Amino acid sequence: MSTTNPQSDAPLADAGTPVDRARARRRSKHRRRLANVAGLMASLVLTGSLYSVIAPAQAADEGTSESAAEAAGRELYERSCISCHGENLEGVPNRGPSLIGVGEASVYFQVHTGRMPLVRQEADAPDKPAVFSDEEIDQLMAYVQANGGGPTLPSGDLREGDLAEGGELFRLNCASCHNFVGQGGALSSGKAAPSLESSSDLEIYTAMLSGPENMPVFGDNQLTPEEKRSIILYVQTIDDMADPGGAGIGRMGPVAEGLVIWVVGISAMMFGIFWMGSKA
Amino acid sequence: MAARTATAPGAPTTKLGKAGYEIDDRLIVAGPVRRTLNKVFPDHWSFLLGEIALYCFIILLLSGTYLTFFFQASMTEIIYDGSYDPLRGQEMSIAYASTLDISFDVRGGLFMRQLHHWAALLFVASIVVHLLRIFFTGAFRRPRETNWIIGVVLLILALLEGATGYTLPDDLLSGTGLRIISAIILAIPVIGTWAHWAVFNGDFVGTEIIGRFYIVHVLLIPAILLALIAAHLLILVKQKHTQFPGPGRTEHNVVGNRLFPTFAGKATGLLFVVFGVCAALGGLVQINPVWLWGPYNPAMVSAASQPDWYVMFLDGSTRLFPAWDINLPGDYTIPALFWPTLVLPGILFTLLLLYPVIERKLTGDTVSHHLLQRPRDVPVRTSLGMMAIAFYLVLLISGGNDVVADKFDISLNAMTWAGRIGLVLLPPIAYVITYRICLGLQQHDREVLEHGIETGVIRRLPHGEFIEVHQPIGPVDEHGHGQLAYGGAPVPKKMNQVGAARRAIRGFFSPVEEPTAVEIDQRAEGRGLSAGESDRELTTSGRPSEGGRPSDGGRPQDPRD
Repeated sequence: MSTTNPQSDAPLADAGTPVDRARARRRSKHRRRLANVAGLMASLVLTGSLYSVIAPAQAADEGTSESAAEAAGRELYERSCISCHGENLEGVPNRGPSLIGVGEASVYFQVHTGRMPLVRQEADAPDKPAVFSDEEIDQLMAYVQANGGGPTLPSGDLREGDLAEGGELFRLNCASCHNFVGQGGALSSGKAAPSLESSSDLEIYTAMLSGPENMPVFGDNQLTPEEKRSIILYVQTIDDMADPGGAGIGRMGPVAEGLVIWVVGISAMMFGIFWMGSKA
Repeated sequence: MAARTATAPGAPTTKLGKAGYEIDDRLIVAGPVRRTLNKVFPDHWSFLLGEIALYCFIILLLSGTYLTFFFQASMTEIIYDGSYDPLRGQEMSIAYASTLDISFDVRGGLFMRQLHHWAALLFVASIVVHLLRIFFTGAFRRPRETNWIIGVVLLILALLEGATGYTLPDDLLSGTGLRIISAIILAIPVIGTWAHWAVFNGDFVGTEIIGRFYIVHVLLIPAILLALIAAHLLILVKQKHTQFPGPGRTEHNVVGNRLFPTFAGKATGLLFVVFGVCAALGGLVQINPVWLWGPYNPAMVSAASQPDWYVMFLDGSTRLFPAWDINLPGDYTIPALFWPTLVLPGILFTLLLLYPVIERKLTGDTVSHHLLQRPRDVPVRTSLGMMAIAFYLVLLISGGNDVVADKFDISLNAMTWAGRIGLVLLPPIAYVITYRICLGLQQHDREVLEHGIETGVIRRLPHGEFIEVHQPIGPVDEHGHGQLAYGGAPVPKKMNQVGAARRAIRGFFSPVEEPTAVEIDQRAEGRGLSAGESDRELTTSGRPSEGGRPSDGGRPQDPRD
């Protein structure tokens, strides 16, 4: 590199005459050009060989060891997901996010609850009957997992936890959007935290793992797998629990109660005073 | 007394009579009791609205007393060890734990809690409906302004009573409410911090507040409520009840039923209806399931945390009011919360309290009134009332706007803006519409008085014109126009209301008369247009609700073209 530095010419001052000096300058310029070309060639070769070491290896890997499930998943992906999530799961601006690294947990939640594929772009994706069969969902999960990795599905009993602790964690982490017992609630600008009433254990678990839409990700360092299982145990226990006080009226609290007292209570009272008022 | 014998004239002969005689001999109560029992109450269904509130208050006293046997107003933290599994082992205050115990471990406790809460909601609701009846019929006019003011104070106290009761269980919902109460107190300019320290004995939440609210809830406010209700009723009895205008009713009499037995029978019947409805709600519909809310922890808050419906309008005003903090030089701030939660209710309740005075000043009407007004006859007042209701309803719905947004899939932001715009636009619209409706109803009354009731009978005149036959409801002048003046009483609009149809078979749920007997009975007398005899003049309404029956409302007159 020192040859390309004009200041390296300075030691050549031993050449006495201006002609010598001019020749020397011309020669060093020539040398500098040569060196530049050589450097470029070297870096090109280095880049090329590095690429040949890394990239083709990956391509070869993908080409040879893609399982049948992943291939089927790719086909499903290319048919139903590609327009918003891109050819290589990299996402499309203003349409869909990148799926690299979201993992099979996210795919399971989004596809199993019917949120994906999306019908149209709106404030948030509503849950609806799942479009894909369980087998197809497995294939999509395999494809996305194979291309970027990410959180995987949990195994074992998802309700293996402490009930009371789950309740406390739920109120601390979840109730601010999903309401006291998971009835759901409104968020800003048409978005909403859904009701957990008909959610399966695995859906709740994968939602915590992947943080769909407005929900934050509750990674294993925020809520340990045991804590997640405790929360699921609490949510499902409360959901299955009968209301000891009678009709639950949506477990909504004062809004539903106020509606009942005006619609049922005051109507009944009006009936009562008409009845008593018409007695002679 | 010894001179009297059992055979003396007028002396009691039965056992009961003798006992009564002995009591009167000592207390001399026969006169006042007779006067009281003979007191006449006018008869209209809407006069029973206030009674609903009274009976709710009785239910509240009874069920509340039962709850005090088991509730412990302490904020000491303990570990729960009761029978509700999903909370066992959790740290919570004794107040919350004892509420759980009432719900799950005390015999009849959950029913009593729910009965108490439903009765409380119904208590305030019936006060509001009662207030609306008083307002729209002008029952607050001189000489009843005092009772109006007592009534509004009762309403305010009922709100405070409800808010303190809501706080007592110390669950996550009530704790969130308490946090807001604390913030509202802090928002008072200048004295806010001091007031907060005085109420909470320190910073939020401290260890005192549940105990303080408890004594306010079970002793202070109920005692004041009881005293004011007594005053309310005594003044009512002294001033006599108002009545609607109608046959034989003037400013100087009261037409109705004696307290005993008719009115007492009705009141007792209504008492059981109110008890029944509250008990049915308490037993069948779950209210405030505190075990689902969890113990209060300032780090937690749930979506859709609302106060009970009667405070919800203030939650609504808070949600609608923009976040306009006023920062004054020298580190002083008037928080935005101050305006919707203190200034607004201050203005609203002051206007409500002073309304009789305001109306007196505006109309210059300082005469004593004992006859009520129909809302249509006072369009300005009626429209003002509807304007207030529209304003209140927008606030009330905005108090639950997140639940509305969630359940009906509307954007919460859209709900907020709809509330802001609606709060400004809807009340004037309600005013204009109500005013027009009032005028329209007035005109229709006058039209019927002048031209008679539409009979639905179409007659073809010799030259081919079709006309509908009208039935005049009183004497007519030479042009065929009715001469009856409008007297503030309902005007019959249908022929059936003046006896064109046969009288209905009596009985509310099932007939209490033999239909065939009524039929035979009525066949003897003519009816409708065929009964030409005008043996009696119809001068006023014969509607059942006015105490008269269609059958003695007079026979129709000769039909008139």
